[in-house]
Amino acid sequence: MEYTTVIKPKNRLFEVDFKEIWQYRDLFSMFVKKDIITQYKQTILGPAWFFIQPALTTIMYMVVFGGIAKISTDGLPQPMFYLAGIVCWQYFADCLNKTSATFTTNQHIFGKVYFPRMIVPLATVTSNLVRMGIQFLLFIVVYIFYVLSGVVIAPNIYILLLPLLVLMLAGLSLGFGVIISSLTTKYRDLTILFTFIVQLWMYATPVIYPLSTMPTDKQWIMGINPVTSIIETFKFGMMGVGTFSWGMLAYSFAFMVLLLGIGIVVFNKVQRSFMDTV
Amino acid sequence: MPTAIKFENISKQYRLGLVSTRTLSHDLKRWYTMNILGKEDPYLKIGEVNDRAHKGTSEYVWALKDINFEVKQGDVLGIIGKNGAGKSTLLKILSKVTTPTTGIIKARGRIASLLEVGTGFHPEMTGCENIYMNGAIMGMTKAEITRKLDEIVDFSGVERYLDTPVKRYSSGMTVRLGFAIAAHLDPEILVVDEVLAVGDAEFQKKAIGKMQDVSKGEGRTVLFVSHNMGAVRNLCTKSIVLVDGKIAFEGKTEPGISFYLNNKLESYNLISKEALVAKSRIKGYALDVKFLDVGFEQNNESFYTNDEITLICKFIGNRKTENIRINGTIFNNEEQPIGGWFGNDLFDINENEEKTIRLCLKNHKLAIGGYLVSLSVGKGNFAEGMVDFDVLHQVTKFNIIGFDSKDLVGYTVWNNRWGNVLFDVDYHSI
Repeated sequence: MEYTTVIKPKNRLFEVDFKEIWQYRDLFSMFVKKDIITQYKQTILGPAWFFIQPALTTIMYMVVFGGIAKISTDGLPQPMFYLAGIVCWQYFADCLNKTSATFTTNQHIFGKVYFPRMIVPLATVTSNLVRMGIQFLLFIVVYIFYVLSGVVIAPNIYILLLPLLVLMLAGLSLGFGVIISSLTTKYRDLTILFTFIVQLWMYATPVIYPLSTMPTDKQWIMGINPVTSIIETFKFGMMGVGTFSWGMLAYSFAFMVLLLGIGIVVFNKVQRSFMDTV
Repeated sequence: MPTAIKFENISKQYRLGLVSTRTLSHDLKRWYTMNILGKEDPYLKIGEVNDRAHKGTSEYVWALKDINFEVKQGDVLGIIGKNGAGKSTLLKILSKVTTPTTGIIKARGRIASLLEVGTGFHPEMTGCENIYMNGAIMGMTKAEITRKLDEIVDFSGVERYLDTPVKRYSSGMTVRLGFAIAAHLDPEILVVDEVLAVGDAEFQKKAIGKMQDVSKGEGRTVLFVSHNMGAVRNLCTKSIVLVDGKIAFEGKTEPGISFYLNNKLESYNLISKEALVAKSRIKGYALDVKFLDVGFEQNNESFYTNDEITLICKFIGNRKTENIRINGTIFNNEEQPIGGWFGNDLFDINENEEKTIRLCLKNHKLAIGGYLVSLSVGKGNFAEGMVDFDVLHQVTKFNIIGFDSKDLVGYTVWNNRWGNVLFDVDYHSI
């Protein structure tokens, strides 16, 4: 019998063991399940919180940004406009915040047993998908309500891009998250900086305002932010408002692929010895 | 038997002190030297042997240095050593929690490591859910766990609580459940840290029995790390002793244990008496009366069972105190307490006065072996309340080497398994 397990100091930079991740797929599904069922254990309202959170946020945005600041909503009813942005952004931000803390929050497990660490951020992104799905249902309910009450909404063929948009959000947050989590094992300053950045990032993304409020020749500046085109495409496909361009979407997609690639390589390098530095 | 695991030149370097400061500058220097100048990692050359008793000059230290050994299939290897000798580091490397700095480990088959039982248990999830969770973390598939679920539940003995969240479990139940899962992993190589230290006696027996089954019946390899010499003796067929990150002994279990115990006692000879007193002092006492020096009368640490053992203790008074007593406990070389004494109101002391007390241990009946002595100085008694001024834990050691008489010729070897007391027995034919 040949040696089947080899433990050595360092892997080559691009030696990512995807086969191993596949072997641990049962663990992946356990983590997803755990994330979902433990989130609201011992709460009275339970999964209802999935609805309450976006609903309250939407109401707050309606008061602050819609009511007081009077920011345009591209002619859409305010609840619909904000909810569309919130559903997307919240997913992205949740994934980002959780995956970026992968090493620090799981060090007690990582310090005791080995499994491909990538399983954890992957499970986070997946379990948040369920939450996003539920919130999306809320959005659909609001959508149908407005359609029935006679508001003219024009969904179009780009609605079919929806799965791709979700995939891109997942990829972007995973990529950013694992890079940040890899860096925070050594330099904890980043944790503090990063929570701050995520807060600000929302304002650099057309969540509470439409991209069309910017002059057309300046819109590319917002487009540098890879999340911009995803949210705009979502609004455009679902409700026929907003700005859509294949170029910007392609840019975001390329950005995501590159980021995810870098993230996986960095994460893979750090995971093997992070226990010494964390 | 073929080799199950092979360690080749395994070393592990750690950086001491505040890891969070100046790491960026070290990282930059390392990167510069390696990638721009094309030289070796500048921090790998430095580093000292890991001896935590002495303050070193380098901030880098070798927790393990050039570890080479092989374990044959079906062996149960005990890894023993003092705290800080590198046992846990070795286990961490084996469990892939961290990587070696240099060297390579090759193994045949799946390695499952039990550095802790119940890793990943989530307090909010039920016992059953946690079996799946923990099993999956350990590398089992869902189907495997389902197949063994009944066995696991049976072994753990917590069937009634399967649908209760684990946070309602007693700590003993949690450990039982955790070990039950681990025991049914069926890896080719099982790595066990001192997890057996928890749980009640019945369960420990069950756990040790299960590990023996695993190695004997199923030909699996077990690596077992423990301070509990009894468990090592019961379980292991071979042993290695680690001293300061290096293998100091490799061989059968019984000589390995002896080597370890002797080595531990020898370390007492290497440092001065003053250093010993300071090192063994338990912090937090008032030190109204303080030990200055502890030693044996003839500067001799070897005694016969029928000898009187005389200790000379030197004190200094930091405050005028009356009716001082000296208590003591004797430990065998496995650090189990085997007896002690309570002193009476022995002496008075004035401020800045030095006093020497001669303490004589009579009719002790201690059998051949190495012993450690702990001492405390204080006043009062259990009835009226007492206070300790200074406590020295295992401050000195002595050896009992035999019986000074021609009648007891058979008494030349003594095994710890026989206990630590040599009884006086009369025989009469009736």
